[in-house]
Amino acid sequence: MILTALCLTFIVFWLTNLYPNLEKLAKTQGNFRMSDEAVASWLETRGYLQSTPKKYAEWLGVVPSYRATDSEGDVIGRCIQPGIAAEDSPSYCGILQGYWGWSTVFKEPVADIVSLRLGLTGKLMFWVLLVMVPTALLVGILAGMREGSVTDRTLSTFAITTTATPEYVSGVILIAVFSSSAVGLKWFKGSATSAMETVTFENFTLPVITIALYGMGYVARMTRASMAEVMTAQYIRTARLKGVSFRNIVMKHALRNALIAPFTVIMLQFPWLLNGVVIVETLFNYKGFGWVLVQAAGNNDIELLLGVSVVSVIVVLVTQLISDIGYVYLNPRISVS
Amino acid sequence: MEPLTWTGSLDFLNPIFIALIFICAALVAAYMVASVFAPEAQTTVNPDGTLSVSPSLLTLVTSALKYGFLAIITVLLAYLIGGMFLGLNAGIIGAMSQQFVPVWISLVVLFVLSITYKRRLGLYGKLFDSTVGMIGFALVMFWVFTGLFGAFDMIVTHDALTQVSGMKNKVPGTPMRGADEGDFPYYLLGGDNLARDVFSRMVKGCLIVVLIAPLATLFAFMVGITLGLPAGYYGGRLDTILSFTANLILAFPVILLFYLLVTPEIRATGLPQYMASILFIFPLVFLTVLLNSRFYTQPGFRTPLLIAVLGMGGWIYLSLISEVGSKVHVIPGFADLFDLDGGILTVFVSVVFVNSPTVFRIVRGLTMDIKTRDYVAAAQTRGEGAWYIMLWEILPNARGPLIVDFCLRIGYATILLGTLGFFGLGLEPESPNWGNTINEGRKLLSIYLHPAIVPALSLLSLVLGLNLLADGLREESLKD
Repeated sequence: MILTALCLTFIVFWLTNLYPNLEKLAKTQGNFRMSDEAVASWLETRGYLQSTPKKYAEWLGVVPSYRATDSEGDVIGRCIQPGIAAEDSPSYCGILQGYWGWSTVFKEPVADIVSLRLGLTGKLMFWVLLVMVPTALLVGILAGMREGSVTDRTLSTFAITTTATPEYVSGVILIAVFSSSAVGLKWFKGSATSAMETVTFENFTLPVITIALYGMGYVARMTRASMAEVMTAQYIRTARLKGVSFRNIVMKHALRNALIAPFTVIMLQFPWLLNGVVIVETLFNYKGFGWVLVQAAGNNDIELLLGVSVVSVIVVLVTQLISDIGYVYLNPRISVS
Repeated sequence: MEPLTWTGSLDFLNPIFIALIFICAALVAAYMVASVFAPEAQTTVNPDGTLSVSPSLLTLVTSALKYGFLAIITVLLAYLIGGMFLGLNAGIIGAMSQQFVPVWISLVVLFVLSITYKRRLGLYGKLFDSTVGMIGFALVMFWVFTGLFGAFDMIVTHDALTQVSGMKNKVPGTPMRGADEGDFPYYLLGGDNLARDVFSRMVKGCLIVVLIAPLATLFAFMVGITLGLPAGYYGGRLDTILSFTANLILAFPVILLFYLLVTPEIRATGLPQYMASILFIFPLVFLTVLLNSRFYTQPGFRTPLLIAVLGMGGWIYLSLISEVGSKVHVIPGFADLFDLDGGILTVFVSVVFVNSPTVFRIVRGLTMDIKTRDYVAAAQTRGEGAWYIMLWEILPNARGPLIVDFCLRIGYATILLGTLGFFGLGLEPESPNWGNTINEGRKLLSIYLHPAIVPALSLLSLVLGLNLLADGLREESLKD
């Protein structure tokens, strides 16, 4: 897993540090009318023109960071922050030392931005999961309980429709119906900017529902399949022949076994939710983690983009790990030996 | 001229339609509540040994629902068929229906032919046994035909890029200001914020989607199959390396990958073109190995065939990746068959790149399952080559799940294309593709709905159609 994380961050590092990106960085940081030589020397003094593995090692914090003297005789380098003398600043500064770099767009340390925005997105995700998981399980169980019935068909159609609706489509439709002046319902707000301070029903419903809908359909279909499979099992028939009522069969016998598969699916949904978060935060102008990703990528903010990628890669890998462990824990038939 | 209403002279159908929808919705809700509480149908054994089911509330509701849905479909058809003949008199829907006449004709012909010969058409024919599959297929083919006819300017009412003064953000059905004799007199679905016709842009945008999404998926499948078969068949170190790479790509959040690959700066480095040169070689390899392993024993037939296929494929491959004046410039301009716009190539490559690892994993899993079967062992004993076994013994037996996944994956590719458009990546801003149009329309969404809603609903129905089609196919392929 660590190897995967290293490889992924290296790829991101390499892609963000390609020469055209650096050239753009130099021009936005220095002067837009710089000549090519000026760009090269600007990059040279800041150590951007070293080989990629060396830069990567510096960024990780396993190699002392690059230092140079600029035209005014000051020592400059990645570790030397404004206001601190060169002698006092550490020679190693990278992810391992807890230094994430300096964002050129927000003019703040990357670590601060990422933690702040991650908190905001965490709030969003909490509500999404709170809405998504129970609804998806309920829909799946109701549909899988009696395969082929009208309930099943209606709910399955609903689930298929939601999986076929990407967030940018459902978001647009929801905004159009519930918040535009053209339809006139105006129940909710079409922007979630105010939800960053105080979450209210009015400003947070639409973004939460938009993300939840897309993930929900998939989880519901998996739950339905798993429930339908369990309902045809031998022990259910035995219980039925014993005369146990249908409600009791579902609640006591089927439910627990049917919920093993959806757990894995829910955990593996996290990477997709991350995707949805980016779209929804852009659409509803909620300045969370996904919004930062778009800003960083759109404005060529290399260190911020790296920070964001590290976090998202870690989120993906950790959820994969949890889903593996949880599956083993939930399913007694599989054991790690 | 008066602005058009939605249904025009077919207005009398509206109350019926709305009432039917409400009745059906109420019935479904009633059924769901009832199915939890109401007793089940009682089965009694008659003295003569037959079984009879006493009619319960639930069965009654079920049959009522069936007729309700039939009635809704009838009314919908009445709107469309009425519109086909009445045209502008039947309002916006009628006029659109008339514009779509070539599509309706092709759909009817296709369905009549397919249903007549369905027993001879294999899995495709069996699709017409399942209602869900048929609905999905109809939706998909509707957009495919729309894209095709739209490419020949048959359905569109106006040029997709022309701006007409005075038509900015006009609501659907607005008469066109200063329309000449030959012009279509209305903006059927209104104008967008640059005063272009939303309806024509939707039709034009359809072509981009129905062209790129299936092609990109096809390429992703070629890559996935060419790598997944040996990984599953041989296992060992090859499998470890390839699986690791696949997992690496899969662990990337898709949007991050797009932002890293599709920016103009990255395009300047030629990276997408290098990736294209690697990814696009897989279909060539696939075809070559496929034919070579089959006709290996008949060199007289194989050699000319391979030369022809490789020659044509190689030429197409080279003209695809090489472009005059860019980083990859292999063949001179006159030999270049077609010039792909750099944006489209980049979008194409990134969609293929994102999709192929998943295909790889599916193919690998299927191969590992199938290689333990007896017929594979029989082929091995016969002394067949490894690639023959993989491509002509294992692959055909893995086709069921692969075809289903192919349909789902086209839908996913469509969503990805839309995502790219939504973030303004890849294609040029005035391109009528649905993602870009949604992105532009959403900025004024709280005042003017139609520029964003129209492409959003189109994308939704296409992807829904593909999902239903996949569902129908899965159901039918499980029946054997």
